[in-house]
Amino acid sequence: MAISDIKEFAHLTEADMEAFGRELDAVRRDIEDSRGAKDAAYIRRTIRVQRSLELGARIVLLGSKYRPAWLAGTAMLSVAKIIENMELGHNVMHGQWDWMNDPEIHSVSWEWDQTGPSEQWKRAHNYSHHTYTNIVGMDDDIGFGILRMTRDEPWKPINLIQPLANVLLAMTFEWGIALHDLDAKKDLDGETNLPFWKSASNRQFGRKIARQVGKDFVLFPALTGPAWKSTLTANATANLVRNLWTYVVIFCGHFPDGAEKFTIGQFENETRAEWYMRQMLGSANFEAGKVMAFMSGNLCYQIEHHMFPDLPSNRYAEISERVHALCEKYDLPYTTGSLGKQYLLALRTIHKLSLPDSWLRATSDNAPETSSERRFRTGEVPAVHALRIDPMTGERRGLRSAIAEARVTLRNAKKEAKRQAKAMRRTQGE
Amino acid sequence: MDLKKWLEAPAADVSAPKRPKLNMLRGAFTRITTPLLPDDYLHLANPLWSARELRGRVVEVKQETATAVTLVIQPGWGFNFDYKPGQYIGIGLHLGGRWHWRSYSLTSPPNWDEKRISITVKAMPEGFLSSHLVGGVPQGTIVRLAAPKGNFALPTPPPEKILFITAGSGITPVISMLRALDRHGELSDTVHIHSAPTEDEVMFADELSALAEAHPQFHSHIQLTRSDGKFALASLDELYPDWRTRETWACGPASLLEEIERVWKHEGLEDKLHLERFEISRADTSGKGGTVTFAKSDRSTEVDGATSLLEAGENVGVQMPFGCRMGICQTCVVPLTAGHVIDLRSGKQHGEGDRIQTCISAAAGDCTLDL
Repeated sequence: MAISDIKEFAHLTEADMEAFGRELDAVRRDIEDSRGAKDAAYIRRTIRVQRSLELGARIVLLGSKYRPAWLAGTAMLSVAKIIENMELGHNVMHGQWDWMNDPEIHSVSWEWDQTGPSEQWKRAHNYSHHTYTNIVGMDDDIGFGILRMTRDEPWKPINLIQPLANVLLAMTFEWGIALHDLDAKKDLDGETNLPFWKSASNRQFGRKIARQVGKDFVLFPALTGPAWKSTLTANATANLVRNLWTYVVIFCGHFPDGAEKFTIGQFENETRAEWYMRQMLGSANFEAGKVMAFMSGNLCYQIEHHMFPDLPSNRYAEISERVHALCEKYDLPYTTGSLGKQYLLALRTIHKLSLPDSWLRATSDNAPETSSERRFRTGEVPAVHALRIDPMTGERRGLRSAIAEARVTLRNAKKEAKRQAKAMRRTQGE
Repeated sequence: MDLKKWLEAPAADVSAPKRPKLNMLRGAFTRITTPLLPDDYLHLANPLWSARELRGRVVEVKQETATAVTLVIQPGWGFNFDYKPGQYIGIGLHLGGRWHWRSYSLTSPPNWDEKRISITVKAMPEGFLSSHLVGGVPQGTIVRLAAPKGNFALPTPPPEKILFITAGSGITPVISMLRALDRHGELSDTVHIHSAPTEDEVMFADELSALAEAHPQFHSHIQLTRSDGKFALASLDELYPDWRTRETWACGPASLLEEIERVWKHEGLEDKLHLERFEISRADTSGKGGTVTFAKSDRSTEVDGATSLLEAGENVGVQMPFGCRMGICQTCVVPLTAGHVIDLRSGKQHGEGDRIQTCISAAAGDCTLDL
């Protein structure tokens, strides 16, 4: 079962946990106090770059019958759509720029270039996902209702096609998200039992689809006349590229090993500090340079984003240094790795969990994608006290050392079991 | 649905009044630029080409006195010049990455010829924005604008006999009325009593004396309070014995307006009196809270400084948008139309014109939400 006592899991005492929370509150305050003209200039510049790119792409694509123009236009349009989706849409709608008090760059009024209406996305993402992050049964973003991403969820035969479902989801990611958000919205508004055409959410969704599909697949091709076919493929390709990239970024932020899952029990009595801790333990980063960070909407800093979803994205790099330092101080894991490594870990989980539980070796207390405080419960003494201070060096020993030790213990236990099995065979053979 | 409506539909919620062709064109183009508007691209070239909100450009900055300036603003698309003299506008200035929002009286008379408006701003010792405006706004600065509004305005046709009583920056809405009357040649029997500390601090002094010269029926009385003392309302009987027959507009510091209100009430003349208060309201940070008014639902409630506005609204049965209730999801954001609130997490203040998260904000004095 997933984590039900986050203090015990993190190897922190009550006082430590509160101190950890206060340090993060201080980070928030510092960033809020120092937001200013430079940050505003950053988002304005981003908007200018994105719109210019899109405009340029549309112009270049007028000549899309010629292969180089098709390639250049499609590349520009893909980049424009990625920036629009990640650094602009996602972050603006999180309210990261609301402090500017600018009605044109505001979470309330922003609409994005995706099939799903932004209002429905905000409800499902900002509210459901960011409030109930990684709580099994409450955060529908764990697998988006399509994939089984943790063995806390029971296996069903349909999970066998998971490898295929994953590829389809990646290619049509904006549609997957849109449908997922629509369901969440209908659920919240109690519209689930209405006939299809009577639901206001369905109508809102329908209007948005008509506009999006109409623009990319009817109007623009029609406007380019003889080059309609190549414009259409260019638009489709740009959407596909954007889908694949956002899918990879999201999956690397949520599903590599070390991104923990939680139980409702943990959530119900959670303090502010524990909320921070859940966001931190539940997310994962990937290493990125400046360009890749920008193209991911700074979601390579998923951990920081989950702790401070409404602070400006351009400050996440600086926040991450402070969060990293806190992890050192409290001996906590800071889950990160290269993009490739993080994605492969997520991919491994997807494929592994398509199989029935009886084929899996680990339990949900000590699996790579989900673990719990029970993993550390050995003998009579609760781990929190036993692991607090290293008796030899006097250093603070927390979750990070505990995980490392648990790994060694597990490895030794396996070795021992193997040795015994061997010995057993030998005696049987004799 | 008719064709015109269909064409306008995609940009309908930000349509420009009196520009039907433009609205249709924008609506049509919106189908290609969706989910953005054509303006979102156009204003890469010219920031005034935005119709998501009114914008303007400061084209001239005139020093009125040592502590007051007039900003002449050329509004962008969609501004309605059909306002009434005496009304005010909202203006937003971009400072330190943030838009700051205030209201000021229009000092320009309504006109269609020049397509320009003006406001006159006096620096207030604690007025952050007014000090900045008077300290210097570069020509060419882009500002946000809100449509003119307010009931402190001259009716059409204007009354035959008028009395204006102003003090300090209270003259700004009245100068707009005087200019409008002058422009239409209707500046008939009008008395204007204006108080300022010294001669140097009388705004529009030359213009007032020029008006008095040009119109024999216009009397301009300037009271210099530092040398002559406060204008005594009791002296009205002696100076302008027919004052009771005049329709009166008064604007200035609260103490002056209270006194006027008392005298007019005493004389049974409330119907003839129009007042405009624009003392800067300040946030009450004592933690006592205040009265929260929900404008659209027409409800209000008294709250302490620790109750979130979301709870306050729910307690009196207002349909409040809500989400995480901890300030992370932005589902509960609504515009603050008047007063001040305080962010319970950071202690930061928000004022009129800000959009606020109701779940983590509490009243700092009386405030009004657009709900």
